[in-house]
Amino acid sequence: MSATLFTNARLIDPEAGTDGPGWLRVESGRIVARGEGDAPGGNGARVDCGGRCLAPGIVDIGVKVCEPGERHKESYKTAGLAAAAGGVTTIVTRPDTTPAIDTPETLEFVTRRAQADTPVNVLPMAALTKGRAGREMTEIGFLMDAGAVAFSDCDHVVADTKVFSRALTYARSLGALVVAHPQEPGLSAGAAATSGKFASLYGLPAVSPMAERMGLDRDIALLEMTGAKYHADQITTARALPALERAKRNGLDITAGTSIHHLTLNELDVSGYRTFFKVKPPLRSEDDRQAVIEAVRTGLIDTISSMHTPQDEESKRLPFEEAAAGAVALETLLPAALRLYHSGQLDLPTLWRAMALNPARRLGLEAGRLAEGAPADLVLFDPDVPFVLDRFTLRSKSQNTPFDGQRLQGRVLASYVGGARVYRRD
Amino acid sequence: MEFAHRHLLGIEQLSQADITTILDLAETYVDLNRRAAKRSDVLAGLTQINMFFENSTRTQASFELAGLRLGADVMNMSMQASSIKKGETLIDTAMTLNAMHPDLLVVRHPHSGAVDLLAQKVNCAVLNAGDGRHEHPTQALLDALTIRRAKGRLHRLNIAICGDVAHSRVARSNLILLGKMENRIRLIGPPTLVPAQFAKFGAEVYDDMREGLQGVDVVMMLRLQKERMDGGFIPSEREYFYRYGLDAEKLALAAPDAIVMHPGPMNRGVEIDGTLADDINRSVIQEQVEMGVAVRMAAMELLARNLGGTA
Repeated sequence: MSATLFTNARLIDPEAGTDGPGWLRVESGRIVARGEGDAPGGNGARVDCGGRCLAPGIVDIGVKVCEPGERHKESYKTAGLAAAAGGVTTIVTRPDTTPAIDTPETLEFVTRRAQADTPVNVLPMAALTKGRAGREMTEIGFLMDAGAVAFSDCDHVVADTKVFSRALTYARSLGALVVAHPQEPGLSAGAAATSGKFASLYGLPAVSPMAERMGLDRDIALLEMTGAKYHADQITTARALPALERAKRNGLDITAGTSIHHLTLNELDVSGYRTFFKVKPPLRSEDDRQAVIEAVRTGLIDTISSMHTPQDEESKRLPFEEAAAGAVALETLLPAALRLYHSGQLDLPTLWRAMALNPARRLGLEAGRLAEGAPADLVLFDPDVPFVLDRFTLRSKSQNTPFDGQRLQGRVLASYVGGARVYRRD
Repeated sequence: MEFAHRHLLGIEQLSQADITTILDLAETYVDLNRRAAKRSDVLAGLTQINMFFENSTRTQASFELAGLRLGADVMNMSMQASSIKKGETLIDTAMTLNAMHPDLLVVRHPHSGAVDLLAQKVNCAVLNAGDGRHEHPTQALLDALTIRRAKGRLHRLNIAICGDVAHSRVARSNLILLGKMENRIRLIGPPTLVPAQFAKFGAEVYDDMREGLQGVDVVMMLRLQKERMDGGFIPSEREYFYRYGLDAEKLALAAPDAIVMHPGPMNRGVEIDGTLADDINRSVIQEQVEMGVAVRMAAMELLARNLGGTA
């Protein structure tokens, strides 16, 4: 029976909303005791945290691992290494692979690959419609039995409202969580930027931020109709927030996430047509960014995800309009999130509520907490150490990060999954 | 036997006593149909026209046989291939037909309410052989007769109706009839096919079949139309069979002497396990077909008795 005592730690507890000195004892993969002040004695290993932060490991909803189909962009092995190095102890994978993960057979293949190669927890999402084509629902029951934790067509909006309402109705009878991309697909088709001064100046095809609110409004109406369990993958605009707030107040089973890039970058960062800054939905205005940060602070937006999307050089070395969207972020999620801590906008328990506690709760997991009995999925990090990111040090097979060459603060020192160390910084 | 109706358009218009009258008379025809000499002449001299605006084999054959056995002159009109294609409206078709003086008109139509509309325009007795998703009264009556003969009563039974309730006229007519006869009805199926609103008709709605089948006396399966199988309302045939197909394991949750019914035609391996459908100890599916002829004979005889006053 393995036991580890973490002493001299700064415990970040998102459940209690506390940030203070203490110790934590782990036995057989679970947290068994914690306290303030001097640590007790006892058998097992001791880890002196040296006053650094010890927090629940990050639970990241919406990670793309490119198996099956595009293993040259990211494999379960490289994604697992990147996640461990980034303090992400649970990755919830996306089904927007080639082919899409839309049958129990494909899901079983993926699960087998993940178990063989990945040191962190991997929970798969499956597609909501076959081939993510928005025409026919997938075998939601069989896919749940095969381990799917949620259903999503990712950035493909199910445009046919009848198809979507039936899929939501069927999902509701099984208690399945549907993760959708709120967007009016007609309005946002072909857009590479958010409409505004910047897109006008640069001559990029742009979408009004209103497309997000229109998509969310439609989805909320369908939730009222069907009573389904729903999570909006990314809310990135100020205008969508009042609708979300109302839906929650009306008691609908709705939660929402946002991406780390929309929290830390804005449309101006694209300057010079830098395709590593092309994400979907496109980066927003500074006003939108500030509104979304505030929504994370109040808890209106529940979760923060990396929206880790590996793209190889060939997919990005293209004119901005043609370049693929998406950025890798498993390893930069934590230091990027700490920007909001250093700017004084979000404290650490609030960040970890959005990055660990809430995503775990939404998926019905015990993780994301520092409570006794919770799984010992932990991240030990120094929130202050500064560095300049060199993208070629990233463990992902693809290194398309918008933070290349940027100054960041905060480094993961070690990650633990079920009490076992899966990463340590040398 | 009092039966004060000019048409048989639905179960909705019938009273408990009407239903019992039809079933009691049908019992006598069950006996007749099992004899070598099956001929009666209660409809002798009357003209019966079967107008089917929608494909049907079994219902049309059953009505045709019922009419022939009662001595009527029976004519079948397949309306899909006829004037309807030439643009004639339903009412014009009815008026044309009415001029030929039929006595009994058996009508099936793909649209709910179409048979009612037609009945308003003709002088003869109209029997609804299924209108859209609305009613299929003779099917509900033959199901009732089958249940009454198998269970010895037609009240205080727990009856599960399973599958595509939303699109089924059979389910609607059965729901009404079995409710009128004071049974407890459970509707079982995915919520895409069994909308929760059905609870307002006094039925209990279940999306978990194992839960819904607990202790029921009668399991009535519905046919799942092919066009609804792939992705629209349900993900696939195999997931449907796994969750809502009737097999021995799920039937074991019902009462030990529960009977299994199906209006046909069956999709073996989709809504019902083939072996179970053939199990003579549980399945009354063949009996339903037999009762169909008897019930239709009874219904036509009762309507024919009332013809005199309207001619």
